[in-house]
Amino acid sequence: MIQISCPFCGKRDHSEFSYGGDGQINYPSLDAAQETWHDAVFLRENIYGRQIETWQHLYGCRSWLLVERDTRTHEIFSVKLTHADWQKMMAENR
Amino acid sequence: MTATRLPRQSSLDKQDETISFFWNNKKLNARKGDSISAALLANKYQIIGRSFKYHRARGVTSAGVEEAGALVTTGKGAYTEPNVRASTTELSEGLFVYSQNAWPSVRFDIGSILNLFGRFFAAGFYYKTFMGKTFTGKTLRDKTFLGIPPLEWGRGTGIWMFFEKFIRKAAGLGTASRQADPDSYEHLHTHTDILVIGSGPAGIQSAIQAAQTGKEVLLVEQDYAIGGTYLSWPDKSEFKTQISKLNKQNITILTRTTAFGLYDDTTIGLVEIICPEERAQKPLKPRQRFHICRAESVILATGALERNYAFVNNDLPGIMTVSSARTYLNRYQLLVGSNIMISTNNDSAYEAGLELEQAGATVTILESREQIGELLLQQISGRRINLYLGSAVAKANHGVFSPCVKQIVIAQKTSDGWRQSGSLSCDCLLISAGWSPVIHLASHQGCPIEWNKENACFISSGDDKSIFFAGSAAGIWQFEDCIQSATQVARKTKKAQKQSSIIGGWHTDIEPLYEICVPAIKGKAFIDPQHDVTASDVRLAHQEGFISVEHLKRYTTLGMATDQGKMGNIIGLALMADALNRPISDVGVTRFRPPYTSISLGALAGAHRQSHFKPIRRTPFHNWSLANNGVMIDAGLWHRPWYYPKQGENLQDAYIREATITRRSLGICDVSSLGKIMIQGPDSTIFLNRIYTNPFAKLAVGKARYGIILREDGMVFDDGTTWRLSENSYLMTTTTNHAAAVMARLEELLQTRWPELRVHVTSITDQWAGCAIAGPNSRNLLSEIVDDPSEISNETLPFMGVKQVLLQTIPCYIARISFSGERAFEVYIPSDYSHAMMQFIWNKAQMFESCLYGLEALGTMRIEKGHVTGAEIDGRVTIEDIGLGKMASQNKDFVGSALRNREMLTSPNRPQLVGIFPKDKHKKFSAGALLNEAGKTKGHPLGWITAVTHSPALGHWIALGFIEGGLTAVEDKHIVLSDELRSNFLDVEIVSPHMYDPEGTRLHG
Repeated sequence: MIQISCPFCGKRDHSEFSYGGDGQINYPSLDAAQETWHDAVFLRENIYGRQIETWQHLYGCRSWLLVERDTRTHEIFSVKLTHADWQKMMAENR
Repeated sequence: MTATRLPRQSSLDKQDETISFFWNNKKLNARKGDSISAALLANKYQIIGRSFKYHRARGVTSAGVEEAGALVTTGKGAYTEPNVRASTTELSEGLFVYSQNAWPSVRFDIGSILNLFGRFFAAGFYYKTFMGKTFTGKTLRDKTFLGIPPLEWGRGTGIWMFFEKFIRKAAGLGTASRQADPDSYEHLHTHTDILVIGSGPAGIQSAIQAAQTGKEVLLVEQDYAIGGTYLSWPDKSEFKTQISKLNKQNITILTRTTAFGLYDDTTIGLVEIICPEERAQKPLKPRQRFHICRAESVILATGALERNYAFVNNDLPGIMTVSSARTYLNRYQLLVGSNIMISTNNDSAYEAGLELEQAGATVTILESREQIGELLLQQISGRRINLYLGSAVAKANHGVFSPCVKQIVIAQKTSDGWRQSGSLSCDCLLISAGWSPVIHLASHQGCPIEWNKENACFISSGDDKSIFFAGSAAGIWQFEDCIQSATQVARKTKKAQKQSSIIGGWHTDIEPLYEICVPAIKGKAFIDPQHDVTASDVRLAHQEGFISVEHLKRYTTLGMATDQGKMGNIIGLALMADALNRPISDVGVTRFRPPYTSISLGALAGAHRQSHFKPIRRTPFHNWSLANNGVMIDAGLWHRPWYYPKQGENLQDAYIREATITRRSLGICDVSSLGKIMIQGPDSTIFLNRIYTNPFAKLAVGKARYGIILREDGMVFDDGTTWRLSENSYLMTTTTNHAAAVMARLEELLQTRWPELRVHVTSITDQWAGCAIAGPNSRNLLSEIVDDPSEISNETLPFMGVKQVLLQTIPCYIARISFSGERAFEVYIPSDYSHAMMQFIWNKAQMFESCLYGLEALGTMRIEKGHVTGAEIDGRVTIEDIGLGKMASQNKDFVGSALRNREMLTSPNRPQLVGIFPKDKHKKFSAGALLNEAGKTKGHPLGWITAVTHSPALGHWIALGFIEGGLTAVEDKHIVLSDELRSNFLDVEIVSPHMYDPEGTRLHG
């Protein structure tokens, strides 16, 4: 029953969100080699502790977010927009 | 044991109201405020139920949630509730209460014969008998299991299956009603700063203290009366003072409310039972409320539960905990016996002994310790209390004609263990073998739990962030210390600091007492009476190699009954520790799991039942379709028109007629549920070109294109047409089922991968109603309805053309798209106008031979054409598998383009889409059937059927399916279809999936 603080909507129940996946994957460009894509799509760390993951605020503003969460305790340390420019924009408008 | 109701001590107490209830359909009277247990005891009923396995007589063992004996069924018919704890359920006027697991009656139960065969039903009985081979091997101690003749002879055979039914029927607790629950339930989201669980001395004190710091406080109590332990004390003055302080504060108090689980982020599951009396007056009130409570911090003032210990026949009716006798005395004015025996190993039992003696009983205390404090000795001197030091109970005996306790055999402590020493008669035996703090909720959250040797109990100190303990739940035994701990906790809940240690508090230390085992005395000594788990079961489990407590639990089912071993778990752990020759702290404890006490599934379901179980999505044409005789079918959350039967038609008649008329002349179909996504912005074209496998860069304005989206792993994700409405805006359509997933996927790509793209996506599925107008007369119909018919000629609106037109002055979109294979158009109408516009179109359609067609006929026509849907695009197919490999561009990169070329995904042997005809054209078959080469019908099949229909155009049953290597690989082979489930086997012909009009001449022109 964790809660996630959406940068736009505030603290909301996790049932409003949908889990995306590992937020630390650097997806290659579309023309990258098959091997590179293979690693990005299939190889995952099974992190015991803090990990950055993507969540979408599906039943809210529909933003995709980067959430830093402890997989052991579900404690959430930070919630950010997915793009640095947008993070900056949010900070400036706050 | 025969309980006696005593007069109220104070004349100030208001007159007791009498209410009536039914025990096994016999009308009885009780006092208002009684629990079921109290009412039954007051009416001299001692045998309340029969036990789970052995059908032993069981009576009241407690006055709280730890109750292991007095389980009853309440209510009748649909209102039946089995396995209700009589000890905690308040009696309401006219309540029906029934005994459980007994036939013909609870006093005389045929099933009790099982008690005589008890040694056959030891731990692992089922595994050993039903899974014979696994367990007939050798144990760790190299002993071969002996079977149980004559039962072992039939092991694993039909004979066993025959016996099993009776054994299963004989075992068990109450029986649930098979009728639907007629009551309603509510869900609530409750927020508070501090949640205090338990309204005993510590709970009330911490609530008051927390509220004084300005915090918002919610106090919950599982009982129907506030007060906890206060209710069990004779002197109510302290309680009254505290209550008046409590009422002065702004504190929300919920009684009949159990905190059943503690979850992440200090979320607490609460189930509130609405007062039965209140519901009798207001029948629309819900039966229970499920609160999802969020608190900043939670104070667990949940108290402690008194323990039993294992001795032979420790489950006889008339044996209960000391504290419960005290509760019955002071809360319900019931003296549980006249010749009371108390067996204890700690100081807490003495106060109860004194009160019981004062109330008129003769009291004998068997004290397992050889010395007790001076203070206790002083207190009992001069009273009618006999004290035996270094003594405990070796065995309880019942009467000749009664299964209730009548006499006890005393065990005397000697230098090398316990030995038998005489016997004493009694009519009631009270046990106090120590106290277990209620740490369940903290355990749910994984807070550390430690064995406290001095007090012989497990304690937890919460997490020091948001979970705190107060009072005896923290292992604090003295009233003043409990109050002090409550004050401390309430004041520090915000800032974490170590709790000062006032744990314990007895004058003389407790002496651990888990089992009395005297040689020569044999019989069942229960550790989990609710599941009939005995001390010997634990030893047997150890002997057979189960040494982890988690395994012990599952093998013996210790602690897995409705009480989850509230009383017995620690005895089980202690016996296992003893067998392993290790301290209890090493053996550890199984993690407690929610719920703390059983809760009704209705409360968890709340209003989410029947049609409210999930939301329903209705298309804008829904009511119009219903008015025109449409029959609906579930498609995900959508309700879509399935078929439109005429008089006397069934589904098959209707869809065949609909498909026939559509191909011959004209049909209209609701396609509103297709996902519709607006894609806008200067980079829209680049975006679409990246997500679709086929090129979109050169799609002209006013044109539509069919496209396929892959997942990143190269598998087909979804398909649909996308229309270019202007330079920078497109309308994408998706399948009904994947609409939401496609939308989320587009957003993910735009927000996480390609933030530089200036593209905005908006779901407009609900804003636009869509209908397909198909058939040779489709253009003729459109000419009747559009303001300017020249706009829709074959030249102005060719195949895959898109146009905005005015229908009755309303701007609508028309796209020349065909899913049926006929000349066809999709008309998109703003939802608000859908009903009138559909009526208008349908009225004009009467000029032609025409019909409305539903999902079934739509399916028929798409199968005839070999168009794929979700049945084929099931997440396991590549674009080549469905025969659309040409749509994957070689000249650009797109999502999935790298991984779709993996070796196994490009193998020519992969199953590929084909059409299937029966050789005998009269034969019918079903989806899900397998395809094999004749003579090779065992093992892995060559293919399978995904969709089947009767084709009116071809005049026989046809199907789509997949077969290894596709059409070319099986051209010379004799293929058979096998449907083992329906015993249908027939020869089939594998054909191209484009079974009807393969050249597509019908849709052009």
